[in-house]
Amino acid sequence: MSVTQERSAASLDVARVRADFPILKRTVGDKPLVYLDSTNTSQRPQQVIDAERDFYEHHNANAHRAIYMLGEEATERFEDARAKVAAFLGAPGPDTIVFNRGTTESINLVAHGWGRKFLKPGDEIVLTEMEHHSNIVPWQLCAKDTGAVLRYIPITDDGLLDLSELGSLLTERTKILCVTGMSNSLGTITPLEQLVPAAHAVGALVLVDGAQLVPHHAVDVTAIDCDFLAFSGHKMLGPFASGGLYAKRQLLEDMDPFLGGGEMILEVHKDHSTWNDVPWKFEAGTMNVAQEVALGTAIDYLQALGMDAVRAHEEEITAYALERLQEAGATIYGPTDVGVRGGVVSFWYKDVHPHDLATILNEEGVAIRAGHHCNQLVMRRYGVSATARASFYVYNTNEEVDVLVSALAKAEDVFGL
Amino acid sequence: MALDDMYKEVILDHYKNPRNKHDMPDAELHGSRNNPLCGDEITVFVHEDGDTVAAVSFLGQGCSISQSSASMMTQAVTGKPVADAERMIAEFRGMMAGEVDPSEEEFGDLVALKGVVKYPIRIKCAVLAWDVLQAALSGDGAADGSVAHTVA
Repeated sequence: MSVTQERSAASLDVARVRADFPILKRTVGDKPLVYLDSTNTSQRPQQVIDAERDFYEHHNANAHRAIYMLGEEATERFEDARAKVAAFLGAPGPDTIVFNRGTTESINLVAHGWGRKFLKPGDEIVLTEMEHHSNIVPWQLCAKDTGAVLRYIPITDDGLLDLSELGSLLTERTKILCVTGMSNSLGTITPLEQLVPAAHAVGALVLVDGAQLVPHHAVDVTAIDCDFLAFSGHKMLGPFASGGLYAKRQLLEDMDPFLGGGEMILEVHKDHSTWNDVPWKFEAGTMNVAQEVALGTAIDYLQALGMDAVRAHEEEITAYALERLQEAGATIYGPTDVGVRGGVVSFWYKDVHPHDLATILNEEGVAIRAGHHCNQLVMRRYGVSATARASFYVYNTNEEVDVLVSALAKAEDVFGL
Repeated sequence: MALDDMYKEVILDHYKNPRNKHDMPDAELHGSRNNPLCGDEITVFVHEDGDTVAAVSFLGQGCSISQSSASMMTQAVTGKPVADAERMIAEFRGMMAGEVDPSEEEFGDLVALKGVVKYPIRIKCAVLAWDVLQAALSGDGAADGSVAHTVA
């Protein structure tokens, strides 16, 4: 990723950050919580929790549907949040941001509203083997309905996209390239600066799964020039079921709606209806108003830290974790170069199955993910059914990596290795 | 220590030295399932002799709980009438729901899995092999090898 915001990469004051997260004060049994699962869902600072509560306590009404002061306040805050998201992503305007429950819903929206409308038999959808199931299954459903064909960019042994055959994968038959900005199991930060122009050169659109990239890396959709970018609020300090989709405005105009009803309607007749302007054309039914408002606060929080500082902090802790885990005898999956790796470390510790490891680490207060991480193609690529995964965010420390590594010894004791 | 309740020696023994873990080409019945949340996989083979479960074996990969449960299950149901095996499936599920205290004589080493009840998220690991056995006995186990709901 060559696209970064102009900002001094001042280092994070992690102690101060941690003080903002009430949950980090809790214990697991008698052990302090060591939360290493932010790739799954992040924790939320007090500011975000307060923002959601403030909305309910002082401004609660339905956005876009209430002709009184509270309704105006709710609508204004909801639309302010949209403007914050647009600015955070470098989007040309708030009209290019659709709110919904996050990445999965956004990709389904594109597969439905764009894919089913425009794809024809024999058209090709290019994915990568490191996609999350949420960026595979919607396209499988879409391909089944349209007769389009799925093709996959493979992964190298060291967890990078294998671009050696890119020239034969991207052809005039390719209509869309769907690629993660950062893998949720391998941590790989993909070379969008290379992939997007290559796809555009054959006339294909590009959808970026930004679920992991957006929380951890400065993103500028205008500079990346992607056509769609899906993201999730709950992975970036915001509430559950917040987030949405960035899309180029003309595409939103051309696409069919996804869900019908509510705010997405302009006029309803007995035999047909017409659609609201974008982005509301894609916002059917009552929205997660308080959640999107609080997502705006999460963005304020991240911007105050500075996304370059966030990234620098995660690079440091990831490098430390890779070193300590390797020393301890763990097998690591994914790139060893932290320059192309986010704060995600998937591993196997000796012969301890990841589920057993996660249960044993929990006794030490350490929360990691164990499983296939909705990445079964990645698991198959490396011949494992599951991995253990530690992931890091703004509140994690090298000392917590030490606790993780010490806890591994406990697993060794239990299993008598 | 709570962990010792779950990782009892007998469980680790069955995990490291699984019993009846092999293919059974002449099995009349077999079933295959994976746990889509975590990737555990179990295939169970059953050779029936009349109304008796004459032989049971399994193949699979996964955590110590899922694999040891499968290993112990093959020992517990071999030689039993099919009706008894089906009753044991229900009783084992009841044990993992904390509702049934099964006979130690009949369940043998399997009672060691009672400790898993304290770890609700791991209960499905313990039950997986039994789900597959039931699918095999009812003859609908060989479909597509996966449970019928999709992954989030």
